Order: sequence, then structure tokens, then C-alpha cells
Amino acid sequence: MRQTAGLISTYSSDEFGICSALYELGGMVVMHDASGCNSTYTTHDEPRWYDMDSMIYISAISEMEAIMGDDEKLIRDLTETALEMKPKFVAVVGAPIPYMIGTDLSAIAAVTEQATGIPCMGFAANGMNYYTKGVSMALEAIVRRFCTGPALRTENLSVNILGATPLDFSLNGSVDSIKDWIRENHMELNACLSMGCTLEDIAGAGNAHVNLVVSYGGLAAARYLKEQYGIPYVAGVPFGERFPVMLAGMLKEAAASGQDLVSYQAVGKNQTPPVPDAPYIGSDSDEGQKNIRYDGEYSGQERRNCQLTGKAQEQKNDSQNKRNVHPQRDKVRISIIGESVFSASLAAAIELDRGISARVLCPLDTEDQLLRECDLRTPEEDDLMEHLLETEIAVGDPMYRVLCRDGQRFYSLPHEAFSGRIYDPVNPNLINRKLEVLSC
Amino acid sequence: MLRRIQRETDHPGAVVKICEASFPAPFKEGLEYSSPARGTWNIVHTGMLIPESHQIFVCALGCLRGVVLTAAEMNAMDRYSSIIIREENVLDGTMEELMVGGVADVLEKLPYRPKAVLLFISCQHFFLAYDQNQVFAELREKFPDIRFTDCYMIPTLRKSGLTPDQKMRVQLYSMLENRPKDPQKINLIGSNLPICRSSELVWMLESGGYTFRSIHDCQTFEDYLAMAEASVNLYYEPLARMAAEDLEKRLCQPYLYMPFTFDDEELSKAYAKLSEMLHLPKLDEEPLRRKKREALFAAKELIGDTPVAVDYTLTFRILSLVRLLLTYGFRVTEIYADTFLPEEREDFEWIRENYPEIRISSCVRPWMRFQEREREEKILALGQKAAYFTGTDYFVNLVESGGLYGYDGVVRLAGLMQEAFLHKKDRKSVIQKKGLGCESCI
Repeated sequence: MRQTAGLISTYSSDEFGICSALYELGGMVVMHDASGCNSTYTTHDEPRWYDMDSMIYISAISEMEAIMGDDEKLIRDLTETALEMKPKFVAVVGAPIPYMIGTDLSAIAAVTEQATGIPCMGFAANGMNYYTKGVSMALEAIVRRFCTGPALRTENLSVNILGATPLDFSLNGSVDSIKDWIRENHMELNACLSMGCTLEDIAGAGNAHVNLVVSYGGLAAARYLKEQYGIPYVAGVPFGERFPVMLAGMLKEAAASGQDLVSYQAVGKNQTPPVPDAPYIGSDSDEGQKNIRYDGEYSGQERRNCQLTGKAQEQKNDSQNKRNVHPQRDKVRISIIGESVFSASLAAAIELDRGISARVLCPLDTEDQLLRECDLRTPEEDDLMEHLLETEIAVGDPMYRVLCRDGQRFYSLPHEAFSGRIYDPVNPNLINRKLEVLSC
Repeated sequence: MLRRIQRETDHPGAVVKICEASFPAPFKEGLEYSSPARGTWNIVHTGMLIPESHQIFVCALGCLRGVVLTAAEMNAMDRYSSIIIREENVLDGTMEELMVGGVADVLEKLPYRPKAVLLFISCQHFFLAYDQNQVFAELREKFPDIRFTDCYMIPTLRKSGLTPDQKMRVQLYSMLENRPKDPQKINLIGSNLPICRSSELVWMLESGGYTFRSIHDCQTFEDYLAMAEASVNLYYEPLARMAAEDLEKRLCQPYLYMPFTFDDEELSKAYAKLSEMLHLPKLDEEPLRRKKREALFAAKELIGDTPVAVDYTLTFRILSLVRLLLTYGFRVTEIYADTFLPEEREDFEWIRENYPEIRISSCVRPWMRFQEREREEKILALGQKAAYFTGTDYFVNLVESGGLYGYDGVVRLAGLMQEAFLHKKDRKSVIQKKGLGCESCI
């Protein structure tokens, strides 16, 4: 049955994705909904809520205001509060009821901006889409609105991180580790959208040489920055030991060539395996090790594999109907459930470091170019139950464990956007390090 | 990188002296903030009180998020499922099919057969004009061995008619069906937390030969159904009035309101009414009052002039408690609340006249996000929100009265105040757990 989650959790929604993406930027973010959404977001999806102040509010719309379409009250409340609080911007975020009654949030934002002189943005979220869409909407809107000046390229090669929120990366140090990894590879961090970031940083996002897209939520902003400033992007998260080396090389290559790359597309093709040096994920035998090799540089063939423009993209789109039949992956042993860029990067890291084929089961918004041929979209609980049967190992949020068959090996990788704060204390940081911390 | 934004200015519209405050709502409505204090119960916690039942919520992702994780955090995912409303369901009018098909799918997947299903609908359903009767009729026909009841997560409707919490208390008992009455059985209804068994109310009823039970005593669904055999329902939580009225109408169970007062005379009147209704001997209250006085004097001696802050989540009649504390010399300086019950007017007026400088602070006004949360002097907080806003680790961790009723309840509360004054708590960890009194994996 479509649309049931009989046994598992459900993902965070678009309205919360917007709040998360804008949380640290000094704005006032107002969910236009009744009283429950605010506490839901701040309790389960916002691990910064207790220690970091941010102007996240709710309009507390009532039945009569909804029935009467009383936008005036919202505008009045927004205006009064904005003039008192003096935020750097105002974001009005939609929810199920404004969607049902057709509230024009862009118009409300425009009127509020006129009344306050403070930049205001309306977001047509409706609580019925995944957080990934919300993060995407928010980051694209914020760069379109505030990153408008001329590009002043930094002297050294510099990188923007796009799509970083606690919903995907928790507060376990992963985003700081990505920043450290960029510096260790002799690049500068320009801006991180949007953890540890200010609105001023975002205004200067056009100065970077290359964008690192770490989740689907960063892709739309990357495209805008490409269109506006000619900045290429590379999609990927530096998990494991070998994949970060490859990813760093791709960032430099993209900066030089201007070519957009989806880094993990290059893994698993025309490569030979490394020799495992310690037993962990699925390494109880050599069975299933693939023809994978990576020695720090990537070949022209690999580069072509990860370029996703023009005809190559069309061919890739055509191949989506043949998913799970990868020529170099004769037997996929691991299914990784989660966000596309995050999970495909982890799959690539496992393949490179351990020589074990892994695929992604992606229940969330994504685009075909962010998945590999072997990966699957699995929006429903039933899809996951079916496809999890096909591999001997599953990796995912602990709340997916219930879908696994008896005896199937399951490795926990908590995902804030799925299980909220429950597993925060044991959520591992896998950035630029050996992947042995995944626990059964 | 975590950082704190400091505000040096005052809190316009968020704090008011009681002498300048209006009743029952001291602050105007507007945008709202939500503090991290989470100990109060929500509709998922309350619904889980029905044994052998399963909850299914039919909502948008955003609305599901809070309820599914409430169930998860209380280690009750095996009693919870979701049906996700998507845009197409709103646009193409397939809500009925979604609900019937979705419930059937959930019940097939479950490893056990629930005795009852609490099917929660959301605000969206009210705007879709879906056919609720059809949905429930189909479900009852399809699953004749399972009882279904309609429950509501409708925060948009919280200001019109019954609030979601009131409605939940009505629906909590909606599956009870008329049974022959047992004159010796009395129910306590409408409370999330069980009454403390040391309360004189319990003693009074049980020594009079009555069996005094609440939903917390039910281990099986049959135990729950047997609540329909009680001859009288008592309730002390104001939110439960509609539930009591519904049970009187449907099951012919008369009810008696036992106000959650801290005033001796009002309590005495309630006990007198109870005695009369159940033909019980009059309660000898003097020894109980003496114990209460002694406990409060002891607490006052220890706590001295330390400022005391109180919030509305601690108990139902917060102003009655504040008045009691002030009468015994406690230095109550702050009250955290956004609205008061109509029955609190007399206490409000008394405090306003006698202690006009006491500050009432909003818990939801936008500026409260930036309230200075660290104080130089030690503060004793009664309630999680008061602890959060005053930044104190010396606090009584209690919500919704904690089941502490009557004279005995005050004695125990005074003891908790002394304990809280002497021993720090891990505020950040303690107050963020949802549903105090429920199991929690946080």
C-alpha cells in the first residue's frame, strides 16, 4: 500500500527543512500554521534549539482565520514582530492549512517587506513534501536574494559547501570535519550553507571557485551559482579513507575545468579492488569484492563517468529503467537507505575502501543524476521491504531495522531527519576516516 | 559553532506586573515561540493509556513528525502507525480510499492484532469535507473484531469549541459501552498521570469500601471496558469536564468535579460534596491540615527568601498554588503563564491586591526567545518552563500536578521543593524529555 508507514518513522517535512537551512542566518522564520509545528520542529528536528538562539516562530493560525482567509492578521503580526526584533530577513513558510486555503505567501512577504523595509521571502511549503525539498527551496532562495554582487574570486582555490543541515549531518562534528578536510587539501572554505555560516558569508558565496554539494538540498543553489557566477559544482561527501582523496581531486579538477561532477559516479567503473586491512562492514569473507581500485588520481574514463551534462545525462536518464543491473556490480551486498548524495557517497566509500558493492535505496526527493545506475528510488515502506530482501546487509537509520528480514545484518547510521534526536549520542562522524564506527 | 544572541533591551509585551495584567489573558496574541521544556503530555501519550490499542495518524508529513517521534521516544512504535497525506489526496479527493486502504494495510503488517484502533485525523480533513461516517463504517465492517474510534489532531481548531486536549479526553473513553453499574466502583477520569495513592481522596474512598480506579490501572482492554461499570466518575483536571459530561450522557455515570485547589476551604467543600454523594463519613481534615502546615513551614524554613518562580505546567490551578505559597511567606517573584482558568479569578485578584509587583511572563511571546536565562542569585523553580526561563538547576520537576492531590499533595509538593532546593538537576537533559511519567529513550 502506498503512503503507509505501518512500522517505521516518517521523514521531516519541507517546512522544517526551510527552518533548518535558515536557522543560523539571523533571520526571523515564521511557520504559518497552528501551534504544533513549532514544537515539533524544535523538539525533534532542531538539535541547536537549546543552545543557539534563533527566531523561529509560528503564526498560530486559528480555524476562523483560516476560513476567513485573514491574511491581515498574519501581516500585522509579522510586521510588528519584525520591527521589534529587527531580523536580517523574514521568511514566511507555508504548511498544510495555508496550502488548503491557497494563501499567497509571496504576496504576504512582499507586503511585509514594504511595511518594514526588511527583506522578506515567502515559501510555498505545505508540510506534504520531504525536508529535502524545503532545504533546497531555502538555500536557492537565500542565495538568489542575497548573493547578488560581482564575484571577487579568492586568491587560493576556495569552496562553498552547499546543503549542510543537521537534518542530514546532525551535530556530531561531520560538517566541521568536511571543513577541516577542505583545508587539509589546501583549499579554502568560502561559505558553508548553512551551518556555521552568516548571511554575509552567503552574500560572498559567488567568490568561490567550486561548490561542494553535500545533499540534494544544495543542488538548486549550486545551479544558481553556476548560472550566475559560473561556479561549477561537485556532488559528494568525503566519507571513508580513499573517497575523500578522490573527491578532493575532483573539486580541483572541476574548479579548473568548470565542469560539474557527481563524484561517486566514477567509483565502481574500471577499477580494481583494494586489499582490506581490517574486518568491518561485510568483510567477513572476500566474497563479493569487486574490481575496484583508486590510487589518488582518477582517469579520463572515470571523469567521463561522473560528468553529467548533455548527451551523457540523457543516456543516464535512459538507463534509469535498468537500475540495479550494473555491469561492474555483479552482486550488490549492501543496501544503504537514505538521502541520495549522502548515501551514494557512503556507498562509493565502502566500495573503494572495502571492495564491497553497495547501492542506495533512496526514499527522498532526488534527481537521477544524483543516483548511480544500481541505486533505487524507494519512496514507500513496501518498496523498502521488497528491496531490502535482495542484499545481505542493510545500512540505515535504526528505525529501519524493523523492515529487515530475520538474520539480515543491519548497521545503524542514525539520520536526524528520520529518527530525530533519539540517536544523537551515538550518531557517528564518518567524514574522512575509516568506516569502522558503524555499529550493528 | 554554537553562539548565543544577547539582547539588552526589555521584553516588550512579554512580561507584565500582575497589578497591570489583564485576566484571563495577560498578553496579546501574535507570533509564538516554543521553549524546549517538553514534559507535558500530548495526544499520543494520552491515547497510549488504552491498553491493547493501536494508534494510526492520517496526516501530512509535517504533522506526523511530532507524533511518530513521540511514540518512538516512549518506546511505543509497535503501537503506532502513519498514513501519509500527499498533495494528490488533497487535489483528487481520495481521502476515504486512502484511509480505508491505509488502515487495512497497517493492520495486515502488524505482528499482533490490536483490540482497538485510535484513528487520528487532522486539520486538513475538516477542510476537505471527507466522509468520516463512510470511512468508519467500512472499517468496522471490514474488521469486526476491532473497535475503531475517531481521534483528532486539530490544532487549527484549538480556539473554536473543544481544544484537542479536551477532545482527546472525550475520545479516550469513547469506546466504553453501557454496562450494569457496580455501586462500589468509582472512576477517576481525565488525568494523564495516576493519582498518588497516598492522597486522602484515595484513602477516603477505599476506606468507605469503594474500588477507586483510573485508566492507569487497566492492564487489558477488558479492564478498560470495565470502567463502564463504575457508578460515579470523579475528575479534577478541568480539561476533563467534557469527558465527564459525555460519559454521564452515554453511560449514565454521574460525575463530580474535585477542583485541584490549594485552598483548605474549597477543598473541604469538595470533600463534603463527595461524602454526601457517596454516603461517606465526613473526612477528619484537621490532622491533614496540620501536616500540610508543618510541611510548608519546614520548606519555608529551608528555602527562606530565595526567589521562587512558578509556571503553568506544574499544576492546573497555578494561581491557587501561588496564593498558598505567598500566604506561607515564600518569596514568589515570577509566574510563567499565558492564560488562566476562569475559576482562578479570585486568586488572581487576591495576588494582585496583596503582591502587585509579582511579574507574569509569557511563555510564548517572541521576545522570550531572548530572555536572559542566567540569574545571579539562586532561584527555586516550580515547573520545567520556569526552570528553563530562569536558568536554574534547582527546580521541581513536575507536570500536570504529578497526581499529587489534596492535603497530602501539598505535603509531598513541599517535600519536593526542599529536595529541589538542595539538589541540582541536569536541567537541559531533564526538561527536554517529552511526556514526564512516560517511558523515554531520550
